[in-house]
Amino acid sequence: MALTSKAVLPTTRQPAGEPAGEAAVFASGVRKSFGGREVLRSLDLSIGRGEFVALLGRSGTGKTTLLRILGDLDPEYTGDVLVPQRRAVVFQEPRLIPWQRVLPNVALGLRPGTGGRAGLRHQSLSALGEVGLASHAHAWPITLSGGEAQRVALARALVREPQLMLLDEPFGALDALTRTRMHALLQDLCARHRPAVLLVTHDVDEAILLADRALVLTDGQITFDAPVDLDRPRDRGDRGFTALRNRLLAELGVTGPDTAEPVSNGVQVS
Amino acid sequence: MADTGAITLVRPAGTRRRRPLVRVPRLARRITGPVAVLALWQLVCSQHVFSSVEVASPVAVADAWRELWSQGVLQSNLLISLQRVAEGLVLGVAAGVALAVLCGLFWVGEDLLDPVIQAARAVPILGLVPLAIIWFGVGEVPKVFLIALGCTFPIYINTYAAIRGVDVKLVEAGQTFGLNRWGLVRTVILPGALPGFLVGLRFALVSTWIVDVVAEEINAQSGLGYLINQAQTTDRTDIMFGCLAIYAILGVLADALVRLLERTLLTWRRSFKGA
Repeated sequence: MALTSKAVLPTTRQPAGEPAGEAAVFASGVRKSFGGREVLRSLDLSIGRGEFVALLGRSGTGKTTLLRILGDLDPEYTGDVLVPQRRAVVFQEPRLIPWQRVLPNVALGLRPGTGGRAGLRHQSLSALGEVGLASHAHAWPITLSGGEAQRVALARALVREPQLMLLDEPFGALDALTRTRMHALLQDLCARHRPAVLLVTHDVDEAILLADRALVLTDGQITFDAPVDLDRPRDRGDRGFTALRNRLLAELGVTGPDTAEPVSNGVQVS
Repeated sequence: MADTGAITLVRPAGTRRRRPLVRVPRLARRITGPVAVLALWQLVCSQHVFSSVEVASPVAVADAWRELWSQGVLQSNLLISLQRVAEGLVLGVAAGVALAVLCGLFWVGEDLLDPVIQAARAVPILGLVPLAIIWFGVGEVPKVFLIALGCTFPIYINTYAAIRGVDVKLVEAGQTFGLNRWGLVRTVILPGALPGFLVGLRFALVSTWIVDVVAEEINAQSGLGYLINQAQTTDRTDIMFGCLAIYAILGVLADALVRLLERTLLTWRRSFKGA
């Protein structure tokens, strides 16, 4: 495992011009500041076609800022960014339109293609079916549970057959059991549709479980970049898993569980 | 403090509350209050606490209604008032919504129009009655104009605030998923502003009748306000009370109408309330 290599970028960067045809994201020298504070400092990033990249970082390091730039939600940056035309975002909150039922929410903003309205409907229904919610097509969003709503948000992203999926801590607000189920679902969907994925998360296990490559963002720059060379399905108890977890935690400035902590949760004797 | 005694266990209060023996339907419960007020009113009047010129009893009001109805006076005047209110309401709502959309969606609209509207709103509409007569004469136009003006502002204020209050996150989601500007307005912004608009509509309905009655009392030969004014010159307190009671009934009906609108237009919220 190439865990020791630090800030190694794939050498797809080309001098002034089009990046390789195999790239789904190509960003170079991206800078962004909020009121004088630089959030992204000359950041370089490339993501290959169908590659699942997890972006870790402590809060306030610019993870979401980067995702918003890639998702064309924030036009105010400097640097060069190239992204595919077909993109989809899943936010931390489902962001479903409350006054539209589930099915039109999935089809939001889509124009009927060659199949007409019926084709669009069929397409949306099958995306809902993929997340296991075909029976909820006519429900109001407010009646869904948190996990169900987030699955609808996933279906809404999938139905666009995106070449790049941007996931902004999509499971952060879910309970642990639901999150585990969502991980399995996401892996399954990604294996089938093969979009390039950028998953912003602060959950190290989630990153190792899902991603082909893990990045750590520190102070507006990518300070760690390594492939996750573990066989799927991945096991949290696996030694490689644990090693990578500790490495990533160390990169994030968290002391790993194997290092002695000054205060344990045991009884303190005074 | 040392607690050495045994713990006394009690049942949570909820399980001990007794269910009512008879379930009274909601409508019956809602109607009890007004009926009680009417009964009390009748009782006070029959004790001759006030003279019949000061206060008319419910029975006297009903008699006055019957009298006016048989002469055809009640129907014709009620109808003309309703017509004025309806016309004014339609115009005022249209104007209020149009202005709210202009100011809510476009910064230019907000910067140019909103200060003007805010200033105009501060002018008491009833103070405009003499001017309206000079501008539009004594026909239907000044009355409808004043009523329309009276509903423009509550509609504007509430709809504009609601448009501005639409969740930015939803707007952003709409944008990322390919809605164009018009699609965004139609799918996200206007439906999102609907609850605020309906609040404005409630205020506007109240305002229409206030303006209507004043406009008809000052310069009119027809309408409920005119009837009240006529009744004053002949000391017919029963007719005055009768007309006011009609206003009250109309107010209740209008409110019920808006609530019906809310229930049909905001179905997506109802399921939440029902939970």
